[in-house]
Amino acid sequence: MEKPLTQHIKNDGSWLTLKEYEKTGGYSALKKALQMKPAEITQIVTDSGLKGRGGAGFSTGKKWSTIDISENAAKLKYLVANADEMEPGSFKDRFLLEGNPHQLIEGIIIGAYAIQASFSYVFLRWAYHLAGKALTQSIQEAYDAGYLGKNILGSGFNLDMSLHISVGRYMCGEETAMLNALEGKRSNPRAKPPYPSNSGLFGKPTIVNNVETLSNVPHIINNGADWFLKLSKTGEGGTKLYGASGKVKKPGLWELPLGISLRELLENHAGGMLDGYQFKGVLPGGGSTDFLLEEHLDVAMDYASVAKAGSRLGTGTIIVLDDKTCPVGMVHNLERFFAQESCGWCTPCREGLPWTAKILNALETGTGKMEDLNILEFHTHYMAPGNTFCALAPGAMEPLQSALKYFKADFEMHIHEHKCPWK
Amino acid sequence: MTEKILTNEDITEIEKVYQHFPLRSAACIEGLKIIQKNHRWVSDDAVKELAELLEMSPAAIDSVATYYSLIFRRPVGRHVIMVCDSVSCWIMGYEEILSHLKDRLKIGYGETTPEDRFTLLSICCLGTCDHAPAIMINDDLHRDLTPDKLDAILETYK
Repeated sequence: MEKPLTQHIKNDGSWLTLKEYEKTGGYSALKKALQMKPAEITQIVTDSGLKGRGGAGFSTGKKWSTIDISENAAKLKYLVANADEMEPGSFKDRFLLEGNPHQLIEGIIIGAYAIQASFSYVFLRWAYHLAGKALTQSIQEAYDAGYLGKNILGSGFNLDMSLHISVGRYMCGEETAMLNALEGKRSNPRAKPPYPSNSGLFGKPTIVNNVETLSNVPHIINNGADWFLKLSKTGEGGTKLYGASGKVKKPGLWELPLGISLRELLENHAGGMLDGYQFKGVLPGGGSTDFLLEEHLDVAMDYASVAKAGSRLGTGTIIVLDDKTCPVGMVHNLERFFAQESCGWCTPCREGLPWTAKILNALETGTGKMEDLNILEFHTHYMAPGNTFCALAPGAMEPLQSALKYFKADFEMHIHEHKCPWK
Repeated sequence: MTEKILTNEDITEIEKVYQHFPLRSAACIEGLKIIQKNHRWVSDDAVKELAELLEMSPAAIDSVATYYSLIFRRPVGRHVIMVCDSVSCWIMGYEEILSHLKDRLKIGYGETTPEDRFTLLSICCLGTCDHAPAIMINDDLHRDLTPDKLDAILETYK
């Protein structure tokens, strides 16, 4: 089983230095890419099927192809690596950032060349201190070796790279909000259109890609689109970093072929449930995805299959709910988080999320009423996609709407017993 | 004349940042970070002085400062404890860690112990969910926590 993203990562807590990365074939993809036309690179990445690994799952090549690289195009363009991993239950980008920062940097340089960007940012969340150290050192090494700066490897291509360390707020992960944060503003989302590919950072064409997405790029350039497609189990292309947390025997993170089953992930890799705990449900891709149940365990963990089962692959890091943990309490924890992290820009999210959190709190403390369930249900429609400025509130409604569907009896028990039955 | 909060070193550091941007105001977050790094927190006077430097209104600066959860607009202790209260840590029992911390330090969220040793805050998902529950103290991540482990960890922060 090939593990292009993680096979060289050491397990002693140190990251691959430039020399070590080069020994594994690092920066050979960049040399190859600089001999190619930018549009050819975008085509290969499109053909590889690579989809955004941050959660949305949009084709990376198609995203790049929205940038005008003709002679008349804007001279200054940006590429931003989204390293603001803050989705509850997600810890995959941290592993790549702390273990192999040059792999990301090489991916950024190739991506920037494909869209003809001259400036790149890594947008890193504050809490990832080790990643910050790794990136600071590695960016400098890349400059010193001539992989960044003017006339990279004699190709005539110029690229600068800067590390931006953020100061909190889940909202920054939304791409237009991230651009506002990079401009020194509050991370409110922007209206689309115009899309960032036309008017992004400081009004210039901009592409934002996730860390795992960009880390795949050097391998695609080195090995080709067909190789990448064959890595996956179900044809969507590539491997995926999958993770598991909750009451399982071996919580952790694994690089596996995209499309392995949820059951294989849970039982073979996460070791099954801890003794004394029964499986009750799972959020397959972070806090803002719909619950799946035992009946869904044979679903392939790829974009299309998880969507067909009524949820989203999201970040691919599963959060397991067991029988001794209250599903209402779990959803309360999530909605409290989303309510707190709402930027307050649009009304449904600013007012709706705290309302759902308050009702869930009432259920947990035994003061909930039957009509509260209708109010919760109402909110899942009120904050559905299209009714809010960005994806935060619709994402927040995913665990709630599926919990109401699958765990209705547990919600009602809270009302009938005037307390949380798990407490 | 009243004493200024921002030192010459602060100002030089902030000037270095805004030179890279098309607008001075783009250095707002970086400016706040620099002030906090050098002064531990961002006071009202610091906001006013930064506003002057970046050619912004103090209100505009404060709208940014109060928005970002890791900019401290109130004094904090020498060590800031941030307890992850997100979903995986909740499942794995962060509430026990939190109540242990509150008992030991005799403070709640947003409060500081006497002699400015510890400030207690919450933080969202630290991205180390396979080692929940987790907290950060200053720049250090502590994972797979139990109340017993916590006591030993606290002792290392004087």
